[in-house]
Amino acid sequence: MKPAPFEYHAPTTIDEVLDLLRSHGDDAKLLAGGQSLVPMLALRLTRFEHLVDVNRVAGIDGITRANGTLRIGATTRQRALERDDRVAASVPLLAVAAPHIGHFQIRNRGTVGGSLAHSDPAAELPAVAVALDAGFEVGDRVVPAMDFFTGPWTTCLGDDELLSAARFPVWDGDVRASVQEVARRHGDFALAGAVVQVALDADGRVTRAGIGLIGMASTPWHAIAAEQALIAGAPPLDVAHVAVRDTDPNDDIHASASQRRRMAIAMVERALREVTSARA
Amino acid sequence: MHEHDVELTVNGEQRRGRVEARTTLADFLRDHLGLTGTHLACEHGVCGACTVLVDGDAVRSCLLFAVQSDGAQVTTIEGIGPAPGELGPVQRAFMECHGLQCGFCTAGLVVSVTAFLDEHPSPDPSAIIDGLSGNLCRCTGYQGIVAAVRRATELRRESHAAGGAA
Repeated sequence: MKPAPFEYHAPTTIDEVLDLLRSHGDDAKLLAGGQSLVPMLALRLTRFEHLVDVNRVAGIDGITRANGTLRIGATTRQRALERDDRVAASVPLLAVAAPHIGHFQIRNRGTVGGSLAHSDPAAELPAVAVALDAGFEVGDRVVPAMDFFTGPWTTCLGDDELLSAARFPVWDGDVRASVQEVARRHGDFALAGAVVQVALDADGRVTRAGIGLIGMASTPWHAIAAEQALIAGAPPLDVAHVAVRDTDPNDDIHASASQRRRMAIAMVERALREVTSARA
Repeated sequence: MHEHDVELTVNGEQRRGRVEARTTLADFLRDHLGLTGTHLACEHGVCGACTVLVDGDAVRSCLLFAVQSDGAQVTTIEGIGPAPGELGPVQRAFMECHGLQCGFCTAGLVVSVTAFLDEHPSPDPSAIIDGLSGNLCRCTGYQGIVAAVRRATELRRESHAAGGAA
């Protein structure tokens, strides 16, 4: 099907974007990579009178590293996470997670900010953001990832606000990452999954950990108690049980809630074994 | 709803048009420019039949509005070969290895595989399957397509060794 008619706006500054959002309110929607929004428009699951294309807005694109932070502009393509060596060197989990997002043709167009603001609890980048305590630039505020995602496809963003960048902390030491998912086909949304980043000391002990779960609640899940258990020396399977303990996964035709819990336990354990195994 | 003027380069030629905002790049290529080699099946980004190169990157042309691609360089299946009427290595490999039956998915696959091999000139078998995962084919069972990708890597290598453009 084809999308319903809409007015198209292509502002070039953040102020113009905010003006358009203020004047059109609920009737306006931001368009970034369009890899989630355009299918919904084409299927007529949703329609808007005004689409505000942010792809030509200055200052919200590109990757910069400064002061222990990797800053990723909202309209940076997901493909840049794979292609830019600074990402793998600074925040390995982002580089490891990127190939799991859709297919390469989707990542060529899909944006980092778009995926975060879409707030799909089964998506990879939101889980990475909570696992690493990312900060989201919204106007003059920096919103912690945990406060940003408020529900499925829902964020704390107001109708007249724009996510302009995400800030990911750069960890010191021997930093490793793993993403493990159960999906029917490559590129599908995962039924359940785990994203894990750890820093190891010279003896191979975990000194810092970030663990996020995909598809296990109405928002991306930050498994804080499991991170503490891992740093305290608990074995992978015990950490995995702690990670999944308080989650609230869906029960649907794709998988039952208990199946998703068992999958998530297996995925966390597999990810932990991968990041803590000795390097060849 | 007012219309927009767009001007883009398609297969090396400057093309202009006037479109509604909701006109996708795929519909613009097919209906306005007559380039019907780009196929549309699902029209919501799942099947990959409409894949084209935009500024060198393979993208779904059904998920991009024509107005957004103003100023872009677009390559469609009509422009993927070395010259009009000649087949490129990926097209030749699909022909040799029975990488198609009905042909509906083929344009999107050839464009996707061309972009994939540009980045991964010698992919291993699992990388090939990953690289093909964004394009659906309902005829072949994919075996011929996987064989075609392997053959295309050989043909590209031979063509590079012979000093020709791939």
